[in-house]
Amino acid sequence: MRQVMSEDDLARITTRIAHEIVERNHGVDSVLLLGIPTRGKPIADRIAAALSDIAGSQVVAGSLDIGLYRDDLDTRPRTRIGPTDIPAPIDGANIVLVDDVLYTGRTIRAALDALADLGRPATVQLAVIVDRGHRQLPIRPDFVGKNLPTSVEEHVSVHVEPVDDDTGVWIGGADG
Amino acid sequence: MNHLLSTEDVDRETLEQLLSDADGFSEVLSRPIPKVPALRGKTVATMFFEPSTRTRMSFEKAAKALSADTVSFSPGTSSLSKGESLKDTVLTVRAMGVDLMVVRHKSTGAPWRIAEWLDIPIVNGGDGAHQHPTQALLDCLTIKQRFGTLDGLRIAIVGDIRHSRVARSDIFAMTTLGATVVLVAPPTLLPVDAEDWPVEVADDLDDVVPSVDVVYLLRVQTERGGASVFPSLSEYARRFGMNSARFDRLQDHAVVLHPGPMNRGVEIGYDVADDERSLILAQVTNGVAARMAVLFRLLGGEHDA
Repeated sequence: MRQVMSEDDLARITTRIAHEIVERNHGVDSVLLLGIPTRGKPIADRIAAALSDIAGSQVVAGSLDIGLYRDDLDTRPRTRIGPTDIPAPIDGANIVLVDDVLYTGRTIRAALDALADLGRPATVQLAVIVDRGHRQLPIRPDFVGKNLPTSVEEHVSVHVEPVDDDTGVWIGGADG
Repeated sequence: MNHLLSTEDVDRETLEQLLSDADGFSEVLSRPIPKVPALRGKTVATMFFEPSTRTRMSFEKAAKALSADTVSFSPGTSSLSKGESLKDTVLTVRAMGVDLMVVRHKSTGAPWRIAEWLDIPIVNGGDGAHQHPTQALLDCLTIKQRFGTLDGLRIAIVGDIRHSRVARSDIFAMTTLGATVVLVAPPTLLPVDAEDWPVEVADDLDDVVPSVDVVYLLRVQTERGGASVFPSLSEYARRFGMNSARFDRLQDHAVVLHPGPMNRGVEIGYDVADDERSLILAQVTNGVAARMAVLFRLLGGEHDA
């Protein structure tokens, strides 16, 4: 595994994304961050902390589990059900979905379906730490930490405390 | 886990995982649209060879909340009354394109036989006086939501243990999860094999009341000959009923569970049933979430090898 981003890189990225979110939404009043478990949640927490600093008011992040909305439940190993915690009303909010890696786009497709069952947001935006390409659906991110061109055989691994023991981004070949 | 037939052979990790999933499904059920597409395209058959309304409704609600389709079977209106065998009946229903069967039967072991005949997951919805594993799951879920864990809790199961599939299922699930179970029953209502179980046994409810965290009251099953094995309902109520006086002697944090339907004034006092510390309606609500966890475990994702 080769490290491509350090903990400091990740801190700068979350701060920059926070600024971009404020710029896009003209403030934070109607912004609701929803992290996709497992690693989207701690990343959303970091962006929320940066947003709170910038805006001077408390911004909290929720989580949106998409396991029950996957389109490949039949073929993948048993999915665990993660927490869904929506701290503010969905209706009329500017939702920012937060995930670690954007790849095929199927996770985000599932997240959009899950959101639609929970309410009607004004807008849905997408923030990811790494966009590694290879989309299988017409989905694009609004806020990107780093575009990381990869081959399908490679593996991109984002680590975030406290889910992991360390923080950073690694890339590895098919053999690990 | 390819079937859920009994709590006796389910390990702690699997139980904990089912309870954790059930917690997630409780959240789903509290949403404005309490439905997720996880089991879209799957069909769940409820095969109730013995009458039941609530358990069947709970399974059907669970299946529908996961977007599965349901078909149901009732013995009174079926070819069973025309002499069709159990095996032919379930093979016929399987051939319609059913992905999972929930079976309730008055004969012990019927769900195991059906699991041998068919190639799909079978969930035991209650077989005779033997097992009723989803009831145990919802009971454990209710207790876990209240106390955070079952580990170290002292739980009294009171009443007709001998004829109770609920008791058998609860005993194994609760002790696997780390609780201590005390059976409280007149000797005539204790099963002969109780001494082989990982439980304590007492015959005086008043001795047990001050020390327990949970009191699980079993229904007096008049339809299974309950009334013939003790002198009278009023004597049962006097010795084993959770009346107000006994309720007041419970620890402040202790709670009361009952699998329903209740006989108020017999195993549970009229006022006790409505107290905030009686979790009977929470059990019913949790039944749907617990059964969702079981259906999802058996139908969502690849089966265990």
